[in-house]
Amino acid sequence: MTATTLAPATVHRPQHSSMYWAIADTKTIAWRNLVTLRRLPQLLVFATVQPVIFVLMFRYVFGGAIHVNGSLPYVDYLMPGVFAQTVAFGAIQTGIGLADDLNKGLIERFRSLPMARSAVLSGRTLADLTRNVFVMCLMIFIGYLVGFRVQTGIIGLLAGMAVMLLFGFSLTWIFAIIGLSVTNAETAQAASFPILAPLVFASSAFVVVGTMPGWLQGFAKYQPVSVAIDATRSLMLGGIYSSPGKVVASLAYSVGIVAVFAPLAVRRYRRAA
Amino acid sequence: MDNAIVVEHLEKRYGSVVALDGVGFSVPTGSVLGLLGPNGAGKTTAVRILTTILKRDGGRAEVLGLDVGANPQAVRERIGLAGQYAAVDENLTGDENLWLVGKLSHLDPKTLRDRNVELLERFDLSDAAARPVRTYSGGMRRRLDLAAALVHRPEVLFLDEPTTGLDPQGRTGLWKVIEELVADGATVLLTTQYLEEADRLADNIVVIDHGHVIAEGTATELKAGLGATIVEVGFADAATAQRACAVLRGLGSCDVESDGQTVELKSNDGARVAIDVVRALDGQQLEPASLALREPTLDDVFLSLTGHGAEEPATDDVPATGRRRTRGAA
Repeated sequence: MTATTLAPATVHRPQHSSMYWAIADTKTIAWRNLVTLRRLPQLLVFATVQPVIFVLMFRYVFGGAIHVNGSLPYVDYLMPGVFAQTVAFGAIQTGIGLADDLNKGLIERFRSLPMARSAVLSGRTLADLTRNVFVMCLMIFIGYLVGFRVQTGIIGLLAGMAVMLLFGFSLTWIFAIIGLSVTNAETAQAASFPILAPLVFASSAFVVVGTMPGWLQGFAKYQPVSVAIDATRSLMLGGIYSSPGKVVASLAYSVGIVAVFAPLAVRRYRRAA
Repeated sequence: MDNAIVVEHLEKRYGSVVALDGVGFSVPTGSVLGLLGPNGAGKTTAVRILTTILKRDGGRAEVLGLDVGANPQAVRERIGLAGQYAAVDENLTGDENLWLVGKLSHLDPKTLRDRNVELLERFDLSDAAARPVRTYSGGMRRRLDLAAALVHRPEVLFLDEPTTGLDPQGRTGLWKVIEELVADGATVLLTTQYLEEADRLADNIVVIDHGHVIAEGTATELKAGLGATIVEVGFADAATAQRACAVLRGLGSCDVESDGQTVELKSNDGARVAIDVVRALDGQQLEPASLALREPTLDDVFLSLTGHGAEEPATDDVPATGRRRTRGAA
C-alpha cells in the first residue's frame, strides 16, 4: 500500500443537524448490540430459560394450590406475570452490557468520537427493547403451548404487549445507571438482583395480592411491576381483569421512569470513565 | 513550526489525589512526543484530558488550536485515540469494528467502505476481517485498535501505552507500524513506560512523575545530561567493588549497583575512559571479573531523575480515576 493510507487528511463529512446524528448514532449503536446478540445466541437462551422454568413450575407444580378469582384458568392469570418477570430481569442485561463496555475501554473510545453523547445509552436501550420484543413473542408462544389464551383478540394481545414492552424499556434506563456505576459485569448483575427480586415477587405476578399479609399488600398493589401486570391482564384477558385505570397508570409509570432516569443515566455516562 | 498540541500548567485532581500538578509541554505538528513515566505518573490522565474524555481542573489544553474543554466536538473530529486496552468489540468482526467507529465518526458509507478495505490491508488484517475479534491474537487486536483510531484520518493521534502487554514480537510489529505512521507525517502523542519505545519512536521526550514534568528533551539530550558513556565493571566480591568505586570516582560519577559487585561509572570522556579505568584498577591491583562499555539507556536517565526505575511502580501510586483502579493507573 502507499503511504497515503496513513497520512492525515481532511475527510468529507456529510452535514446534518444534531438531531439527525443523534438518531443515526443511536441506530449504529443499536445495530452493534443486536449483532452481538445474534453472535451470542446463548444470551437469548439465558434470558428465556428462567421465565420458561417459572411457567412450567407455576403452571404444573404450584398452580393447583393457587386460587385466582373468576372463571379463567390460572395459566391465563400467570402469563402476564411471567411477561413482567421476563422484561424486568432482562433489563439487568442493559446494565451488564454497559458495565462490560466500560470495563473493556469501549466507552472511552466512544467518548473520544464526535458522536452524539446520548447514543451509547439510547442505542443500548433500543437494542434491548428489540430483544424484549423477540423474547416476549417466544414467551407468548410457550404460554400458548401450556394453555394460555388471550381473551380479547389480536388488538388486546398487541396492546398488552406494548404496555409491557414500554415498561421493560423504562426499566432498562434504571439499570443503565447501575451498569455505569459499577466496575464490572458481575457486580452489575449482583447489584441489580436485590432491587428486582422484591419488585417482581412481591407483586401480582404469581399470586393474588389479597392473599399477602396486610402490610405487604399496599406495596404489592401499587408498585410499578404489579401495575404493569394488571394493565396487561386488563388488555389481554378483559372480563373481571378489565381496568382501564391500571393501563393509564402503567403508561404513566413508564413515561415517568424514563423522564427521571434517562437524564440521570446520560449524566452518569458523561461522567463515567 | 506550529504546535499541534499545547499544554500549560495542566491540573487534575481526583478528590484529594493530585494526578496532574502543573504539567506543560507542546508537540510540534508532524512530530512525535513520548510522554514517559511510571504507572501513576499522570500520563493517561493527560491523554484523557486532551482527548476530551475528562475535564481538567486548571491550566491550558489545546489541540490543533482548539481548547479541548470549549470545543470538544470539533477536537473529536480531528483526533484519533488508541487506548491502553485494545478498545475493540470482541463480538464484532474486524471489518465491523472499523465500520462502527467510522459510522460514529460520521463518515459517509462510500468513503468508509474504501477506507476499511485500505486499512485492513495496510494492517495485515484482510484475511481476518470477517472473523469475530475474540479469535484475534493480542497483536492483531492492537493493530485493529490502531486502525480504528485512523479510520477518519485524524490529524493528531494519541497512543496510550500502545504496546503494554504485548509479547516482544507483537511489540516490534506494532513499532514498525507506528514508525511508518510517523514517516507519513502524523502528529503523535505517545505515552509509554517502556524507555526503549520512547527512544525508538519519539522525537521529543517529556518525563513525568507524580504529576510533574521532571525532564524533557530528545533522547540524545536526556542521555547526554547523564554523561555520554557508561562503564560497568564487575568484581568477585562486594569489598573489592567498594574499593574500586573509590578509585574510579576520580574519572566520573561512580556508583555500586544493587547487586553489590558491579560498579557503574558515568563519564563524558567517550570510549577512551575505558583505558583510564583499566589503568586505575591495575594500579591498585583490583582485578575485574567483567568489563563493559555502553551508551546510557533511558532507564539510566529515569533512575537518576526519579530515584526509581521506570518499570517499577512509584511507591505512592496515584489511581487513574477515583474508582477504576484495575484498568491500569497512569
